[in-house]
Amino acid sequence: MQVASSESFEIQSSEDVVIVRQAVRRHAVALGFNLVDQTKIVTAASELARNTLLHGGGGSAAVETVRTGVAAGLKLTFVDEGPGIADIDLAMKDGYTSKGGMGLGLGGAKRLSNEFEIDSAPGKGTRVAIIRWKGL
Amino acid sequence: MPSSSKSRLPEILKSHETDLLQEWIESQKKSASRKISAADEKLLLSQSREFLSFLRQAAQTGVDVDIESPTWSAVRDFLVALAGSRAKGGFTSTETAVFILSLKEPLFNKLRTNIQDPAALAQEFWTATLALDRLGLFTMEAYQRTREEVISRQQKELLELSTPVVRLWENILALPLIGTLDSSRTQVVMQNLLEAIVSTRSDIAIIDITGVPTVDTLVAQHLLKTVAAARLMGADCIISGIRPQIAQTIIHLGVDLSAVTTKATMADAFQLALKRTGATITKAVAGK
Amino acid sequence: MERIPILSVSGFLLVSIQVDMHDRLALTLQDDLTEQIVARGPRGVLIDISALEMVDSFIGRMLSNIANMAKLLDAETVVVGMQPSVAITLVELGMPMRGIRTALDLEKGLAVLRSIAHSENQNDPHGEEDDAGSVL
Repeated sequence: MQVASSESFEIQSSEDVVIVRQAVRRHAVALGFNLVDQTKIVTAASELARNTLLHGGGGSAAVETVRTGVAAGLKLTFVDEGPGIADIDLAMKDGYTSKGGMGLGLGGAKRLSNEFEIDSAPGKGTRVAIIRWKGL
Repeated sequence: MPSSSKSRLPEILKSHETDLLQEWIESQKKSASRKISAADEKLLLSQSREFLSFLRQAAQTGVDVDIESPTWSAVRDFLVALAGSRAKGGFTSTETAVFILSLKEPLFNKLRTNIQDPAALAQEFWTATLALDRLGLFTMEAYQRTREEVISRQQKELLELSTPVVRLWENILALPLIGTLDSSRTQVVMQNLLEAIVSTRSDIAIIDITGVPTVDTLVAQHLLKTVAAARLMGADCIISGIRPQIAQTIIHLGVDLSAVTTKATMADAFQLALKRTGATITKAVAGK
Repeated sequence: MERIPILSVSGFLLVSIQVDMHDRLALTLQDDLTEQIVARGPRGVLIDISALEMVDSFIGRMLSNIANMAKLLDAETVVVGMQPSVAITLVELGMPMRGIRTALDLEKGLAVLRSIAHSENQNDPHGEEDDAGSVL
């Protein structure tokens, strides 16, 4: 998988969440995603960026175009050095709330993406990556 | 790798152009699957002439058998355009490949009569054959790609034609689905329906599946998601035309349609929709 | 401090969300609306989201909260103008959007509010006679 253009962002405030959303929209439009797919990945980005802010104590996001063979896609990676998640399966369950509610964040982002990866442990921070392939 | 000795190809191509063109075009005409009109022949002549000139250019510094190299870029562009126009023009893939391959015989005849040294002749044959074969394959691939684009565009148009959204009445839309639904087609169709709901400001959309022979889990799920999305937007859907086999399949699949209004026929659905949107139908009294 | 304007029209409150809201702005809107409902005692609240290209779980929750709060203060809420791609994404996201009525546009939203008011006047407190609009 080659990585083409990429952009990164700091997430330290709720305005930053909007900035990330808008950047993801721009990249999705540039890649030629249809409107529904654009909306899906922008919404997933919003959920994950918010998690990074509210549960990770702030962090960063990377937006990259990825390619494999003929397929093109958008990969988003969210990283924070926060407390980390003790029980990932539990956190992925819809409606699960912990101090203010991660609610649908993780499960929702997973449902809205073609690929989803999470790496997190108490004291080790959290890293979530999602990919949406064009045309899938 | 370019050949180390200078190739005589460009010079032979130049001095024998008229003969080459004539023989080559005759050969192309012979393998054509249909009668060639005068206009077609004119086009063939200009395309062939152009190709020969590009070939001459590319062979100036020796025949490079790596056709992906920059020397061949003008030739490649020309062939992509040619393949594209043939693919769109309904030519067969053979006719397209033959454009290049039928040049080999006339060309080799000329090489044979103009090169005395057997070693040099063999070298020229070999490099020319390699290059032309590869260019032929390249042209085929370009043709394939264009055919695929044409087919996919035609499929899209067919899709749009076969699933029109019909305005039955003020505030009531109908979407009669015909034929087998696959997952991606269903998604597109459902999106169109939701857009139509917005643009016609319809409160109710009737999705009729009388013309759908089978429904699988994915399709059933898309239908349900569409109904849910329509509700989120402030409209509602009625699914009509569920035949007994489909009803059984849906139950077997464990899909829960209980939250969706269903009717056996579109007529029933229409009647319900009229009631829900506050319309009434009254019969005119006979004799008035 | 930026705020989303709330209009009072014929006894209804009307909010048209035209910006990509960050979370703090959304919370401010929630507070402002509650204040206005208490202050003006409207018959109903209309929230126009036709300009929103994305509704995530946070905004969805905000809309639910507004509807629930308004209900406690005896006002119905109708959310109007949801875009199809937003609706499709919300379904995929799995956002329940409970207690919110929706309508295609402002005109239909008003019709819904009026018919609810009407049926309440006719001693039909649960609005069972009214089929207008969708309740989620």
